[in-house]
Amino acid sequence: MSKSGGQLAADQNTFTGFDAESVRADFPVLNQQVHGKPLVYLDSAASSQKPLHVINAVSRYYENDHSNVHRGVHSLSARATFAYERARGKAHVFLNSKNIREIIYVRGTTEAINLVAQTYGRANVGEGDEILISEMEHHSNIVPWQMLCEWTGAKLVVAPIDERGQLDMTAFAEKLSERTKIVGIVHVSNALGTVNPVAEITKMAHDAGAVVVVDGAQAAPHLRVDVQEIGCDFYAFSGHKAYAPTGIGILYGREELLEAMPPWQGGGEMILSVSFDSTTYNELPYKFEAGTPNIAGAIGLGEAIDYMGRFNHEALERHEHDLVAYGYDALATVPGLTIVGTAEGKVGVHSFTLDGIHAHDIGTILDNEGIAVRTGHHCAQPVMHHFGVPATARASFGIYNTRDDIDRLVEGLGQVRKLMG
Amino acid sequence: MSDLRDLYQETILDHGRTPRNFRKLEAATHEADGDNPLCGDKIHLYLQLDGDKVSDISFDGAGCAISTASASLMTEALKGKTIEDAMALFERLHETLTGQGECDESVELGKLAVFEGVREYPLRVKCATLAWHTLRNAIEGGKNATPATTE
Ligand SMILES: Cc1ncc(COP(=O)(O)O)c(C=O)c1O
Repeated sequence: MSKSGGQLAADQNTFTGFDAESVRADFPVLNQQVHGKPLVYLDSAASSQKPLHVINAVSRYYENDHSNVHRGVHSLSARATFAYERARGKAHVFLNSKNIREIIYVRGTTEAINLVAQTYGRANVGEGDEILISEMEHHSNIVPWQMLCEWTGAKLVVAPIDERGQLDMTAFAEKLSERTKIVGIVHVSNALGTVNPVAEITKMAHDAGAVVVVDGAQAAPHLRVDVQEIGCDFYAFSGHKAYAPTGIGILYGREELLEAMPPWQGGGEMILSVSFDSTTYNELPYKFEAGTPNIAGAIGLGEAIDYMGRFNHEALERHEHDLVAYGYDALATVPGLTIVGTAEGKVGVHSFTLDGIHAHDIGTILDNEGIAVRTGHHCAQPVMHHFGVPATARASFGIYNTRDDIDRLVEGLGQVRKLMG
Repeated sequence: MSDLRDLYQETILDHGRTPRNFRKLEAATHEADGDNPLCGDKIHLYLQLDGDKVSDISFDGAGCAISTASASLMTEALKGKTIEDAMALFERLHETLTGQGECDESVELGKLAVFEGVREYPLRVKCATLAWHTLRNAIEGGKNATPATTE
């Protein structure tokens, strides 16, 4: 790394009051060479790395406390249940839900949205009704609604985005009507970084009589999320993008809605009593948690929430905004580079194309330089279609990234040019 | 960068930048789409068969350097060949790229040998074989071929 790069990083730390170097030390995976060069991990939007705190909490749990939850009177089961439920409490505080009963463990964002579509959706959506989403949704906030439309005869309506990758609020308002039963909206776009005004959207949707499902997969790692302030009816996120293990996530739902909804999967845990004549479902949140859950994952998620809570949130946000701003300037020096998605106040990602060079080639050459970026359509093919590109390369940031990483990316893109011409 | 040069050989870069036989073929008797959803490579293959002989072949679409070069070099290699020759060449190439399968070792890769370097990049093998999978679907499906996909 050049000297000036190192100094910039130091400047940045004093500027933001956030010590990214010490943060890096918490993430052992970052300390390695790839193709003989120090790893630069710029793919946190796909999945973030895990701090030692989380890794250790999971392994401590398996070493000391593991047993099934809610099933036994013995000590291990009691300890496992306690840790598992304590983590739920942390998620409840993290999202500021009104009640802990509104916090349902799921596998991730995808499962959360499918749960809502299959339970709330099937019970409340019928022929002629409409489901309104945006053009910037991840496939996981498109396909479950298409399936619901197939089952019910409802219609999927899509609000367009503008050339910067921002939701066209006028068109959104026009597409909302008394026929709209559900609005599905991404809080932060994974392909573009756009932050949607979810509170305003919720208010508009509620005025039209629709419920709102927010896809918070990319918001949870970057923003302070307050579901009561947003006012939404459902909010989903995945642990693995927010420094927690894979296979665990949260669905928040407003209590009245969850109470009225039919259960989802049937089995153990979600029942109070079973006979062959009738079954009484368990109370919230267990009604939606059939089967043995991802206990270690939940404990890891609780630990990740604690870990994030250690930082001054304003300093962290400044650090992440600085990365986006510095990235804009640095990438502007690369000939032929176009940033896809330039929304006001975007967070976490720079998606881009290079004239005449396919994203997949960029990805391979950068990897050879030790730099991990995501290339492809980012599970948002309609977004690619909107911008008329088959794919983009995407550099996305986590709390451990620094200006140095962006300098390395720019150097790497120089190599791409050199090789591909 | 030296090892990357094994992947991005001059011939590949050349064909990636200026693909040959990159056009629609009005007289096509067989056509198919090929799609590599992982990275967004999309090609459309046109094939004109005279009996079992490839009298003309072309493609269009958009893809990475490897998939574009692969389609381009494939069209060059197959003009005038029989379907049987084409499939034998595909098997030989596939074996070279993946180390899997049994094929006729006497089949010469010729110019296609430039793809040998792809072997070291398992994630890119799909790019190098997309055009060939599409070809097979076109041959089998005529004008209503099922799209080839690498997923
Ligand atoms: C915006 C957005 N929504 C939903 C998802 C799906 O998350 P998961 O795969 O963890 O269910 C992702 C992750 O790729 C995402 O970025």
